[in-house]
Amino acid sequence: MTRFDEELMRLKEMVLEMGAMVESSIKDSVKSLVERDDELAKTVIERDHQINTLDVQIDEECIRLIALMQPMAGDLRFLTTAMKITTDLERMGDNSVNIAERALELNREPILKPYIDIPHMSRIAQGMTRDALDAFVRRDKKLAMDVIMRDDEVDDLKYGIFEELISYMVRDPNTVSRAMKISFVAQYLERIADHATNIAEMVIYLVAGKIIRHMALPEE
Amino acid sequence: MVEKSRLKSESKNLNFYYGNVHALKNVNMPIELNKVTALIGPSGCGKTTLLRCFNRMHDLYPHNRYEGEILLYPENINILSSAVDPIEIRMRISMVFQKPNPFPKSLYENVAYGLRVRGVNKKQVLDEKVEKSLRGAALWDEVKDRLNNSAFDLSGGQQQRLCIARALATDPEILLFDEPTSALDPIATSKIEELVIELKKKLTILIVTHNMQQAARISDWTGFMMLGELIEFDKTEKIFTAPSEKLTEDYITGRFG
Repeated sequence: MTRFDEELMRLKEMVLEMGAMVESSIKDSVKSLVERDDELAKTVIERDHQINTLDVQIDEECIRLIALMQPMAGDLRFLTTAMKITTDLERMGDNSVNIAERALELNREPILKPYIDIPHMSRIAQGMTRDALDAFVRRDKKLAMDVIMRDDEVDDLKYGIFEELISYMVRDPNTVSRAMKISFVAQYLERIADHATNIAEMVIYLVAGKIIRHMALPEE
Repeated sequence: MVEKSRLKSESKNLNFYYGNVHALKNVNMPIELNKVTALIGPSGCGKTTLLRCFNRMHDLYPHNRYEGEILLYPENINILSSAVDPIEIRMRISMVFQKPNPFPKSLYENVAYGLRVRGVNKKQVLDEKVEKSLRGAALWDEVKDRLNNSAFDLSGGQQQRLCIARALATDPEILLFDEPTSALDPIATSKIEELVIELKKKLTILIVTHNMQQAARISDWTGFMMLGELIEFDKTEKIFTAPSEKLTEDYITGRFG
């Protein structure tokens, strides 16, 4: 293994470390809402600084390697993919912070209704994130495609939640503040799934050298 | 890959032998008109051998043997045919070498040499050609006041541009470059690279380089060679971002063997 290979390996580990943190943040943010756990919500908000620090470190590392090693072909695709992936991961971290902030607010008010679909959405979004990162590590195009396919399910859940919450708001204006905040949470989760989809799309670029963003899904 | 109407030249089932050594194996490579085609590959892969076939440089040594053809368009003549005069071909397809090799003559006479060999002796014609060629090689402004000085007074980078001017003087259709910047510093290298990109407006360029970043910067097409075979030929952008062949990938990412 060359010195450059070792540096690429180290970079991959940094991306995975960041990914693991983001995954925890998604999970904990929703848990802090469902279990009305203020402390956990604060942990998520705190953790975001570490995620941001890693984001900057990974970017710097990629820029350094591009400048000094002049990577080509697969190496070049790996580095540009790593840079783009961290941008998405960082935004997912921000979305988790937003969920934790809404949790802190909602925890001050009475429960509107038991949370069922929100935890469900969260589990799918976490699974998509984990699999997108696994696909990145294993250069697994099939798994990346699978992640992309799952995005529709999250979108559908979000619209279901919106409709349900609107019906609450129509019936009782006292629910508006809480229902709005829960809608935001559904929206954040949907965005998180979008970012996971972006990562999966980048993995397909990494493996196949083809940019498939903004295209109809290839038949396969 | 390259549209037929855009071809300036192409090798077809080209084989080349140095005596018993089979140095080029069935090379089929298109050369697009007004484009830069780069050849890359490890030392000994045959890229310079291939380049030298294009103006019959191998004729200079006995026991060298070509098989197959290199067609020159639009006439569709086979460069390798014994009916074709290699001297005539070298007027149309000129070469610039790795190390600048000016003649021990004045700047003016270096550039005028090819024309004088052709029997051109009229001062006015020569003056015009010398100026045009030196301008074409982006050297005119630096040397116009000292055309009678020795070519060896120039820096390495200037000498290389002088050799390009010398090659341009016979109005070639194809310029062959054999690692033209490997003996030059980065500034001189950058000037030659800019020049290559400028020159392709008027002629067609084939360049051998060990510097992959150079191939990536200046060429439109890239061929990767190994052990006498053309392993992959594609748009430069494709070769350097997502090559199709694993051998190419291994070579350009430095993970060879």
